[in-house]
Amino acid sequence: MSEPPAGPLKRTPLHALHQELGARLVPFAGYEMPVQYPTGILAEHAQTRTAAGLFDVSHMGQVRLTAKPGQNAAKALETLVPGDISGLQPGQQRYTQFTNETGGILDDLMVTSTGDHLLLVVNAACKDADLAHIRKHLSATCEIEPMFSRGLLALQGPKAAEALARLVPSVATMKFMTGAFVTIDGAQCYVTRSGYTGGDGYEISTPADKAEAIARKLLAQPEVKPIGLGARDSLRLEAGLCLYGHDIDTTTTPIEAVLLWSIGKERRTQGGFPGADVIRKQITEGAPRKRIGLLPEGKAIAREGAEIALGGKVIGKVTSGGFAPTLGRAVAMGYVDKAHSANGTKVDLLVRGKPVPAEIVPMPFVKHAYYRG
Amino acid sequence: MTVKYSNEHEWIRVEGDVGTVGISQYAQEQLGDVVFVEVPQAGRKVAKGESVAVVESVKAASDIYSPVSGEVTEGNAALADAPGDINAAPMGKGWIFKVKLANKADLDGLMDQAAYDAFVKSLS
Repeated sequence: MSEPPAGPLKRTPLHALHQELGARLVPFAGYEMPVQYPTGILAEHAQTRTAAGLFDVSHMGQVRLTAKPGQNAAKALETLVPGDISGLQPGQQRYTQFTNETGGILDDLMVTSTGDHLLLVVNAACKDADLAHIRKHLSATCEIEPMFSRGLLALQGPKAAEALARLVPSVATMKFMTGAFVTIDGAQCYVTRSGYTGGDGYEISTPADKAEAIARKLLAQPEVKPIGLGARDSLRLEAGLCLYGHDIDTTTTPIEAVLLWSIGKERRTQGGFPGADVIRKQITEGAPRKRIGLLPEGKAIAREGAEIALGGKVIGKVTSGGFAPTLGRAVAMGYVDKAHSANGTKVDLLVRGKPVPAEIVPMPFVKHAYYRG
Repeated sequence: MTVKYSNEHEWIRVEGDVGTVGISQYAQEQLGDVVFVEVPQAGRKVAKGESVAVVESVKAASDIYSPVSGEVTEGNAALADAPGDINAAPMGKGWIFKVKLANKADLDGLMDQAAYDAFVKSLS
């Protein structure tokens, strides 16, 4: 992932609220974003795991696709992603990736069908490139509407449902990976039961001019506190979720990244997406390397870039690593040669030149707690 | 007994010929929650400006440089179980190591409290 071009940082609709809440604002993907609030990352992480946290993710890219007359938007999008989009019922959501001709990942995204449209949420750092990519390939078949000024709020945690249902009772029974139009504070919003923490929660797409009022309403709920990008990263790492530009990028395929589950069963055999030849070959023959979880011994933290060695030979690299507050210990994920990727394999992580013993383990590190009804 | 500061935000408090070293209040605020500290072993010879300890916050690892040359007499072992002491009391129980100064003149190049306060102010 390349650094965003220099220039003034963009602001989300919640910028003034972040300042009022005492956030530490840092440049992130071209935006000025809150990395933490005065309570700090550990407290924010615990808040999200035990109650509810509100994240501003308005920097992410929201795009609406609508089929042109006689066209099919789901079929059209399937020419760019390996996910089963045609199979999405209205109100269903799916995780997929934009792939390139070599099977690498241009970005990962969420796709929700409203019945009339497909709503895409893509990564902030990739959104301009994604939009250009979509326009290049789908302009003939779809109306493409970037909605980059809309608000996007993530409300996450075991008490997220209780808090949001106080404002919108219907969200209580929504299942994981479904979406619905709801009215909050008089504004039409689109809510999905999804997130990036491994826990229960929602993402709420709001009109730009209503984002702050809705955020304030949510923060007024006793379960809810504001959470910055620092805890967002430690939460997703515990959940074993990939961060684009780190754990997945144009050099990693969905198979290497162990994202086969996100590829539609029919699509595995029929292809029809960029890089299908490479990806289908890896499905049948195996990928040369694999994304794995790592538990380092002791307390040293192996971060992104640390080499993974076996018997003194480098077999891979850490792509994300940090302290997992829920576990009170360090965790990491990375890629290793497939031959050495079995769970239980003892390896060394090279941290500041010193080997730290670690074991390859299954992910997630912290059990997912999605609401499936 | 005075406290001096480096422009890397370490402080050193000298008693006799032994200095106690830690990071400043400003530094701990910048780092955020500290979750792991690697302290130097007693007996290690260190040079002024040499990286001798590592403080890991949730966000990042930061090198801690010795503000003076000398020999480490003690690392703060309590930080292994209580790394958050650096946030709670960076100039108290959150000290990182003690060093026997090889050359007291090393202190002359460091900032006093007023100079450091002005330095921090210039950063914001």
